[in-house]
Formats: sequence, C-alpha cells, structure tokens
Amino acid sequence: MGSAQSVPPEMRALAERTGFTSEQIEQLHRRFKQLSHNRKTIRKEDFDTIPDLEFNPIRARIVHAFFDKRNLRKAPAGLAEEINFEDFLTIMSYFRPIEMDMDEERLESFRKEKLKFLFHMYDADYDGIITLQEYKNVLDELMSGNPHLEKESLRAIAEGAMLEAASACMARTGPDEVYEGITFEDFLKVWKGIDIETKMHVRFLTMEAIAHCY
Amino acid sequence: MREVSRMGFLLGLMDLPAALGERSSGSPTNNSHPQSFAIVSFRWNHVKDPYVITLWILVASLAKIVFHLSHKVTRVVPESALLIVLGVFLGGIVWAADHIASFTLTPEVFFFYLLPPIVLDAGYFMPNRLFFGNLGSILLYAVIGTIWNAATTGLSLYGVYRTGIMGHLDSGLLDFLLFGSLIAAVDPVAVLAVFEEVHVNEVLFIIVFGESLLNDAVTVVLYNVFESFVAIGPENVTGTECVKGIVSFFVVSLGGTLVGIFFAFLLSLVSRFTKHVRIIEPGFVFIISYLSYLTAEMLSLSAILAITFCGICCQKYVKANISEQSSTTVRYTMKMLASGAETIIFMFLGISAVNPEIWTWNTAFILLTLVFISVYRVIGVVLQTWILNHYRMVQLEIIDQVVMSYGGLRGAVAFALVALLDTKKVKEKNLFVSTTIIVVFFTVIFQGLTIKPLVQWLKVKKSEHREPKLNEKLHGRAFDHILSAIEDISGQIGHNYLRDKWSNFDRKFLSKLLMRRSAQKSRDQILNVFHELNLKDAISYVAEGERRGSLAFIRSPSTDNMVNVDFSTPRPSTVESSVSYLLREKAGPVCLDMQALEQRRKSIRDTEDTVAHHTLQQYLYKPRQEHKHLYSRHEIMHNEDEKQDKEIFHRTMRKRLESFKSTKLGINHPKKLNKIHKRERGQKRRNSNVIPNGKIPSENPVQDYTLKEKDSEFSEAEENNDYETLHLGKGVDFLANVTKQNFTDNPAGKNINCMQNFFTQI
Repeated sequence: MGSAQSVPPEMRALAERTGFTSEQIEQLHRRFKQLSHNRKTIRKEDFDTIPDLEFNPIRARIVHAFFDKRNLRKAPAGLAEEINFEDFLTIMSYFRPIEMDMDEERLESFRKEKLKFLFHMYDADYDGIITLQEYKNVLDELMSGNPHLEKESLRAIAEGAMLEAASACMARTGPDEVYEGITFEDFLKVWKGIDIETKMHVRFLTMEAIAHCY
Repeated sequence: MREVSRMGFLLGLMDLPAALGERSSGSPTNNSHPQSFAIVSFRWNHVKDPYVITLWILVASLAKIVFHLSHKVTRVVPESALLIVLGVFLGGIVWAADHIASFTLTPEVFFFYLLPPIVLDAGYFMPNRLFFGNLGSILLYAVIGTIWNAATTGLSLYGVYRTGIMGHLDSGLLDFLLFGSLIAAVDPVAVLAVFEEVHVNEVLFIIVFGESLLNDAVTVVLYNVFESFVAIGPENVTGTECVKGIVSFFVVSLGGTLVGIFFAFLLSLVSRFTKHVRIIEPGFVFIISYLSYLTAEMLSLSAILAITFCGICCQKYVKANISEQSSTTVRYTMKMLASGAETIIFMFLGISAVNPEIWTWNTAFILLTLVFISVYRVIGVVLQTWILNHYRMVQLEIIDQVVMSYGGLRGAVAFALVALLDTKKVKEKNLFVSTTIIVVFFTVIFQGLTIKPLVQWLKVKKSEHREPKLNEKLHGRAFDHILSAIEDISGQIGHNYLRDKWSNFDRKFLSKLLMRRSAQKSRDQILNVFHELNLKDAISYVAEGERRGSLAFIRSPSTDNMVNVDFSTPRPSTVESSVSYLLREKAGPVCLDMQALEQRRKSIRDTEDTVAHHTLQQYLYKPRQEHKHLYSRHEIMHNEDEKQDKEIFHRTMRKRLESFKSTKLGINHPKKLNKIHKRERGQKRRNSNVIPNGKIPSENPVQDYTLKEKDSEFSEAEENNDYETLHLGKGVDFLANVTKQNFTDNPAGKNINCMQNFFTQI
C-alpha cells in the first residue's frame, strides 16, 4: 500500500463513509490502480480493458453508472469525466452486503440507496422518471444477447412490465394527469416484497483478489 | 372405518388364496389327470405375484383417500405418519390372522423400485439456481455433517457400551461405527414428505433437502467401508484400508455424479430427436434416468447422486425439447410414481415393524441412540452454521438452525440399509433393526407431527408463492448482469462471475448441441414468464366466459354502449377490476391465441406450430371450441355466422378505438400502418401485436390471402385500431391478472384515461 491516496487517516475516513473494512479498501485500491494504470483517476476507456465485461449486454450502462454524478452524490445530473478512488469506493459501496448488526433504520436507508442506484441506471435522462422508452432501451440491451428475439416481442414485454409497475401506482394519478412513467416511489413499491439487500451485493473478500490479467 | 374393515377383508382374502394355493399346489400330484373339462378354474398361483403387489398398491392408495377425507387430521398429522400407523395396523391384522409376517420391505424392492422414482422426481424438479447457489452449504452439511453424525453417534454408543450399561452385546467398535453410519444420514424421502407440508422458505428447504440427497455418497461409502471392515475383522484394518476408504469416498461421489451427468447428456441429446415419436417421448426420460441409477449401482457408485444429477442436468434441455404434452405427461407421471412410491414405503415401514422375530429390546441402546442422534445433530448444525455464516451472504439464523436440526429426519434408507446387514457378520443385527425402526418411527411420527407447530411458533419465514411478475424477471436479469459486471470490475471471482461464464458456455455450445433449433430461440426466462402470463390470462378469460354462460358477452349491446359512454365521459371510479373487464372484452380472443402464436412466431414453418396450437386448446375448456372460429382463419371463410360474429366484434373494436384515437394516440399511427402493410406473407410473424388479433399468418397461402383480404376489407383505421387494441390488450392483460376478477358494470373511466395517457408515449 504505497499510494499517496491511501494514507491511514484518510483511509479511516473512507472506511467510515463507505463502510468497507481497511483490508477491503486496500484490495479495492490495488484494483483501482490496475484499472487506472497507476494514475489517480479512471476514465470510461479504462473499463474497456476488462476482458470479461465485454460479454455483458448492459456494460455500457454499468460503466455509465460509475460516472453518473447522481451515484457519486455530487450533482443531480450529469456525467463526470473521470473518477478518483474515493468515487470508485462510493460506487462499490452500493454493493456491500448487509451486516448482521445493522438496525432497521440503517437497513432501510441502505436498501433505498441500492434501489436508487438501480433507478439511476434505468433513468438515463436524469428526470427522475423511468419512461416507457427508457424501459424499452434497458430491455433491448438486456435481451440483446438473444439474437432471435424480435423487436415486437421486446416491445410487448416492455409494455407489459411497465403496466405491471403502473398498476401499483394507478390509484395515485388523477383522472386527467398524464401518466409519465415510474417515479422513484413507484419503483420502491415494485420492489417492496423483494429483499433487495440480500440479492444486490457482491462479496468483497478480504483475501487476495484474483486479478484479471491483461 | 369402513375402509379399514374393507382392507382387513382384502388382507384376509389375500391370505385365503395363499392358503388355497398351498392346498391346490399340493393337489396336482393327485389330480394329474383331470376328470373333465373345467369350464372355469381358479388359478391363483398363476397370478399370485402381480396380484398381491397390485393389491398392496391399491390398499396404500385407498388409505390415502381415507386420510384426506378428514381435513382436520391431515392438517395436523403428516401423511407419512398416518401411513406408518396404518402399516403397523395392517401388519398387526396379518400377524393376528396368520402368525406370519407377511410382507416386509425388502431392500432390493426398496432400492430398485421404490427409491429411484422419488429421487428422480426430486432431481428433475430441483430449482437449479437455488441449488447451485447454496451448493457450498449443502455440501458442507452433507459431507462433514454426516461424517460428524456417524462418528459421534458410533463412538458414543461404543463408549457407553464399554461402561456396561447396555449389558452384553456381541459387537465391537466397528459394529457400532457401522450402525452409526447408517443411522446418521438424513433421509430424502422423509424430509420431502414432511417439509412438503410445512412450506418453509426456499433457502432452508433446499439446504435440508439438498443435504439429504447428497449425503448418500457419504452414507454409501461409510456403510460399505465399515461393513467390509466388520467382515474382514478388526484385526485386519490397517492404515491402507482407511486410506482406501477415504479414496473411495471421492471415487464414489464423483463417479456417481459423472455417471448422472453422462446420462443427462445422453437424455438431452436423445430428446432432441424425438420429434416424430412424441408418444413415447416421456418414456425416454424415465428409462434413461433409471439406467443411470442402475449403472451407478452396478459400478458400486452412488446411485442416488447419479439419478439426482441426471435429473438436475437434463431438466433444462429436456423441458425445452419435448412437446408440451410430453412435458405434462412426464411431470404427472413422475409425481405419481414418486408419490406412490412414498406411500408404499411408509406403509411398508409400518408393516415391517410387526415382525416379532426381529424384535430385540435393549432399553439403553435404543434410548441412547435417540438421544445421541438428536443431540449430535444439533451440535453439528450449530457448529457448521457458525462456520458457514462467515462465508454466506444470506446468514442462517438461529431459527433456521433449529428447523434444520429438527428436520433431520431418518427414514426408509436407514431401514433398508440395516435390513441389508448380514446377520452372520453383524451379530446384533436384530437389535440394530429394532433400533432403526424405532428411530425412524420417532423422527417421522413425532418430529413430523411437531415440526409444523414449531415452525409456526418460531415464525419461520415461509415460502412465498408469488405470481411470476415480468418486472421481477427483468430486474433479476439486470441484476445478474450488474453483479457480474461489478465482480469483473472489482476483480473478483464470485458466484455471479461463475454463473455468467457457465451460461455463456451453455449458450454457445451445450444448447446448440442439446436443444432443438426451434427451442433455442425461444428459451428465455423472460419470454417464459411473458408466455405464462398470457396463457393464464387466456385461461381466466375463458373461465369467466363459462361463468357468464357464453363468450358472446363481447358483443352484447349493453356493454357496447357502456363502453362508448365511458370513453366519452370519463367517470371517476375506484374499481380497477372493471378495466380488466373492459380490456378482457377487447383482448379476449386476442390473448387466447397468444401462446399459440408465440410458438408459431418462433419456429417458422414447423409442424410443431400446429401441434403447439392444438396443445393450447387442450389447456382451455370446451367453450373455447365454439369460440375458436373467432380467431382461427380456417373457419372464417366457411362459416357465415362466425364471420358475422367477427364483423360485429371488429365493429365494436373500431368504435372503441376511435374514441381512443381522439386522445393523444393518433401520432404514431401512420408509422405503424406502414409497418403492417409492409409485412410479408406469413414470412415472419413479426408483429405479435397484429397476430393476436385473430389474424393467424401461417404457412397456408389460403389463409394469407384472407389476411390480405382482411386488410382491404376493413379500413385503415381498423388496422390501427386492431394494432392498438392488441397493444393495449396485451399489455393490460397483466393488469387483468393483477386485479381481482370482479366483473362489475362500471368500467373505470379514470383508469382508462390513465392507460390512454400512458400510451401516448408509444
């Protein structure tokens, strides 16, 4: 651990803010250096060097999410050009597993954060609402791995899903309001029954990370 | 009670012919020259064996009927317990009548005929993702847990024996270890039987159940090792023997798994080519799986592992390849065989208990066995869970551990294994048998009885049976990708990474090899859910039609008016269901054909299409036959009335959609129109939107002609309307699914507007 960025007191602050342990931070830092080629920041192009990511149908969106200012908690909209280690950690912290000692309140806010991350991924135009078009875009990307699927069925599925979500909130829109799309509250409702905190996490091992060689 | 007496009678009847048979078999020597032609003769010996077997099966099945007559009883007492009690009762009758122990559960019958269907059923319907997701935990419990149980129980019993409390037993350390190893294993049959009625959450279930399946390898190895050790004598047990034992564990387990996987591969490959032998398609599944079981048994590998993995690995491909009917046949046959086997097993467990010859009572031994297995199970579970929780994402809490310990039931496998022991080598076999019987009875009856209240009392998280939702599937898919991306980015190999790699590999190589080309295109989780939802809607639509007496309510004038009225003057309404009512009317014939058409779309020019189409009919009730004309192109030209129906239908549609158009929907219409007219003749069923409107483009040119004719017959607006109808209909089918089926006569104007406005975005 020899980088100027990870001086112990800073690290402690980082650990507190993001919730990682110092070993995890160290490890992620190593990874960060790998990705950034020992520079201080990462740009979008640096993610292209990860070989396995190529097969991921929504890689663009995910990489995008790393630079999304909303996720970085810097601004309500816009994309950052490059991110430093702190930002990297911030994004990674969305995927921390829940700890046994979390109380209800923290759990709830943790959950909300994860869902917000997801929401931002869908909502590409920063207006806080997922419209049908955005939904369709996501679906297109998701199903792009299956070349046999036809456009119309994709559209049908997107609409169906949209309506499913809409039905959860139909009661709230007045008779003359235009139903624009799914807001964050509706999104929360869709996810109410499902334990997202148990599903949306990555195990950050404290053991030596298996580096992808490239 | 009448049933019971009837069964008693049957049993008596059985004995009677047996007695008769004895006598008549004696007589041929006297009557070698029959005096005259016997018009009818009683040939009991001729049919004795199959007759008796069938009678027993009948008795077992009748018993099940009797049990379910009383709902109160079955809610509290698990079926398996009832069956055991019945078995004891029957055995008692036979014993009292004849003083012979009639049928016992022989190990051969059990291992060859009764166990395989149950395990196959478990493997074939195993939720793979859940299973492999928790595989680490399952393996730990299965292997380490079983070894722990066996070792501690055996050693403790031996230790107590040495203190002399048990009196004199003609057994050494090895005998005790042998006994420990066969009593240690959690039994899949019992676990399934009990947990099925308890409905704990899926993670808990899969861990206990997976453990019960996978511990077979350990059980087989331990049993064989100790049995041969006992045979060769304790003096000859050297280090090499022990090492050989350890090696054999790996060989047995991995070998069994490989055998299973090999046969799964074979089965999937075969199922790819069975298109023309649809009738016997289901047979392949059973035959090849059974072969895998027997092959592993022949090679002295773990047969249960073989057939389990055969089922697990072939699921995906077989289900994709075989037709819907075959799939249904396989499912029901498997369930029937498994359920039947389970019933017979438990009943025979009861009957076999009534055999005074084998009864040896040794209070200390029996009591201590019970105590030890329970206590050591708890300790084992707690220790292992503690270790596991360091590595698991979803922690296993105290409550889960309690259920896991309590759900470690022993069952027929232990009994069969103990019955297999050679009395010459294991002198205390009878004691072991008696103890095993008591242990099995205790766990199945007592623990089975009390586990339900325990689960409720502890408020264990139950399994939630939710309707499959598209959103969940979609987001789930997105999740998978996101998580594996994060794993890639953070440079770690985790579950998601592995799963991703596997599904890529599967998609590129395996599916191409093992799945039919037509199935490859259509196999996708999201599509399946879409599929299912449509089908469900179709079915519920028809059911509603039946309820109302006919499906003609679509074109009843009253609803016509109502609809129009609503569109023009939106009324606030709280009844969401009426939207579904409305949309059902429109979407009715639309979505009925959805599935058929989805199928058609996927496999172009495949007779499979027509089969699938006909299959759809099988899922829906008779009324659909009448209704068929409305969407089937075949009849449209020939049947005047139906044509008329269709016209009225379309007129109604048009009226409604025109009012729809008056809102902001009109923008995109021209575009859609072009698309529609550019559509090729039956080439690609591109627009599932258009298709469900009753136009079934198919390979039949005549029909295509009518398609075009239809185009010209109705106005352009009609096309749009139909298109939009379908848009709406299809999409909101899910809505219909979501809302209750209260059909009122107040369509929700507000909700309609909501929908309308929503669709402005199209």
